[in-house]
Amino acid sequence: MSKPVLRVQDLSVTFTSLAGSVFNRQERQIRAVDGINFELFAGETLGIVGESGCGKSTLARAILGLLPPNRGRVMWMGDNLTELDEEAMRQRRKELQIVFQDPVASLDPRMTAGDIISEPLWTFYPKMARLQVDERTRGMMKMVGLLPNQINRYPHEFSGGQCQRIGIARSLVLNPRLLICDEPVSALDVSIQAQIVNLLQDLQKKLGLALIFVAHDLSVVRHISDRVMVMYMGQAMEVSEKERLYRKPLHPYTNALMKSVPVPDPKLAAAARRENWLTGDMPSPYRRPKGCVFHDRCPFKVKRCEADVPPLRRMENGDRVACHRAEDLDLSVVEA
Amino acid sequence: MNDNVEKRRSERTVDDVFAQAMAEPDIRGRSLWVDAWHRLLRNRAAVVSGVLMILIVLAVVVGPMIAPWAGDFTDWDNTSSPPSLETGHWFGTDAVGRDILVRTLEGGRISLLVGLVATLVSLVIGVSYGAVAGYYGGMTDRIMMRVVDIIYALPFMFFVILLMVVFGRHIILIFVAIGAVNWLDMARIVRGQTLSLKNTEFIEAARACGVDHHSIILRHIVPNLLGVVIVYVTLTIPQVILVESFLSFIGLGVQEPMSSWGALVNNGAQDMESAPWTLVFPAVFLTVTLYCFNYIGDGMRDALDPKDRA
Ligand SMILES: Nc1ncnc2c1ncn2[C@@H]1O[C@H](COP(=O)(O)OP(=O)(O)OP(=O)(O)O)[C@@H](O)[C@H]1O
Ligand code: SF4
Ligand SMILES: [Mg+2]
Repeated sequence: MSKPVLRVQDLSVTFTSLAGSVFNRQERQIRAVDGINFELFAGETLGIVGESGCGKSTLARAILGLLPPNRGRVMWMGDNLTELDEEAMRQRRKELQIVFQDPVASLDPRMTAGDIISEPLWTFYPKMARLQVDERTRGMMKMVGLLPNQINRYPHEFSGGQCQRIGIARSLVLNPRLLICDEPVSALDVSIQAQIVNLLQDLQKKLGLALIFVAHDLSVVRHISDRVMVMYMGQAMEVSEKERLYRKPLHPYTNALMKSVPVPDPKLAAAARRENWLTGDMPSPYRRPKGCVFHDRCPFKVKRCEADVPPLRRMENGDRVACHRAEDLDLSVVEA
Repeated sequence: MNDNVEKRRSERTVDDVFAQAMAEPDIRGRSLWVDAWHRLLRNRAAVVSGVLMILIVLAVVVGPMIAPWAGDFTDWDNTSSPPSLETGHWFGTDAVGRDILVRTLEGGRISLLVGLVATLVSLVIGVSYGAVAGYYGGMTDRIMMRVVDIIYALPFMFFVILLMVVFGRHIILIFVAIGAVNWLDMARIVRGQTLSLKNTEFIEAARACGVDHHSIILRHIVPNLLGVVIVYVTLTIPQVILVESFLSFIGLGVQEPMSSWGALVNNGAQDMESAPWTLVFPAVFLTVTLYCFNYIGDGMRDALDPKDRA
């Protein structure tokens, strides 16, 4: 493949909060995103998967400069986005767009669908003729499967799925090169999820977008992704080519996530529950385990895991994994 | 084969739907404002209050212009005369023969004006103060809100009375004094709203679309604040009118020959036994107005309540 369009290097975001009483102030830190590295090629889709609270949204926001990273670089087409000043970054936003997790909350309730979709146009092309804006807005609505004659309706007059279509239309109206979808379907009905995922997949092919698709569930990203990154407590556990990851996960956490995927067959579901190794809860984000961050929940833990941090290593096939035992574990999935 | 036919048919229907929709005129949206307005119109107490308020405002504005007497005209033939159609003094006269109706209407001008202007003062200070504190957050916010807390803890009445005593009784001073104290609540409310609005996804979405801070505040924050502010304003006006009445009642409000409902009630109370009408009419106007504003405010709060939307 050619050169990547996006290269995220050692990106880290730490939140600091104050705790304790006035006399006993303590600073508590959450390393929401902790040294993430990956690259993304033009027209490629990267799925990012991890449990709730593992830092997926924070990563997405840091990539887009919506919150400042503590460390690391976001190289977009040769420029380091984290070093751009506010105006330069604003200009770059034409190329970088995001679809949010909550379709209703991400639309201003006091604006019409047309105003919402055309806001980026007004912002970047204030001199654009009214008629042209209108035409483009209706075109976008049609493209995402909304009836253009609903242009004057307000968000509360649309269903959740339709609201998400409005959000998608807004994110695509400027012809971006990169689209980050932060759990675009997790707030939607299961029956509508597939429609939205398919829509995004079609649009991605049609427009040649580089796409980052975030989900907390491996099954959602299965069809849309080329590669998948599995995150845990702000770190990447595994970054693998899709087919291989679903056939033979390299990391015990990926394996555990796969077992927690809902299985339609009740007998299999029972078996999966029995074998669901994801015991215990995620440790408090304030007290991150030493060594491998996953060690207190990992069924394959050895002594070494508690002391040494496993680096994200490149395997022979190009996939990457952060586990000491990646070579000697065989986590192949037996398809029933 | 069959599948294909099926598919083509369903495709056609989708296209048909679109074609049809393109041919039809645009559907009109119902904004949250329109929704709220319709809900308000279904609230009988608020509607009746609204109509009454319009009548009172009209009477207060137009009445003194078309009345045969001026407010300070003394009719020596009819001092302390009871309400009567014959004398032309429908609400009667006071001890020096001034027409109660005209005086009540003129007093209403002052009372309503104080209510509006002082509320406007608190609106301007409160909204800008609260929005700044909420939008910038952090240390700025903490300091600004501590200041509010401190002022809040001062005994307000004492403060107003002190101002009156030091600077003398002047109507402008009443506006400023009441407004300057009433903005505290407004600032708190606006700050809270701004704080929660700032973190909503649609504000972040606007930022992600390249919208600058200035436009975010104007296009997204202010319109979403408006509902709460309007409700609060409607509930502040009667509060201010009441405070002014109280000040006038204890003799610190507007000065003769100017009067307000509070001042008239004060005068009336002195002649309560010999000429009860001098007390009753201004008191009725005052009370009705206070009730009306409160009903309208409550109605608006119910109508604008986002919880109702679900
Ligand atoms: N503004 C913030 N201030 C402090 N902590 C934050 C902030 N935003 C997120 N966090 C914390 O950072 C961690 C990662 O949050 P993030 O929202 O990125 O998770 P997520 O993977 O997107 O979860 P979800 O699937 O629930 O959306 C969480 O522990 C969260 O509590
Ligand atoms: S490094 Fe050890 S604890 Fe961590 S995932 Fe691998 S085996 Fe489990
Ligand atoms: Mg999230």
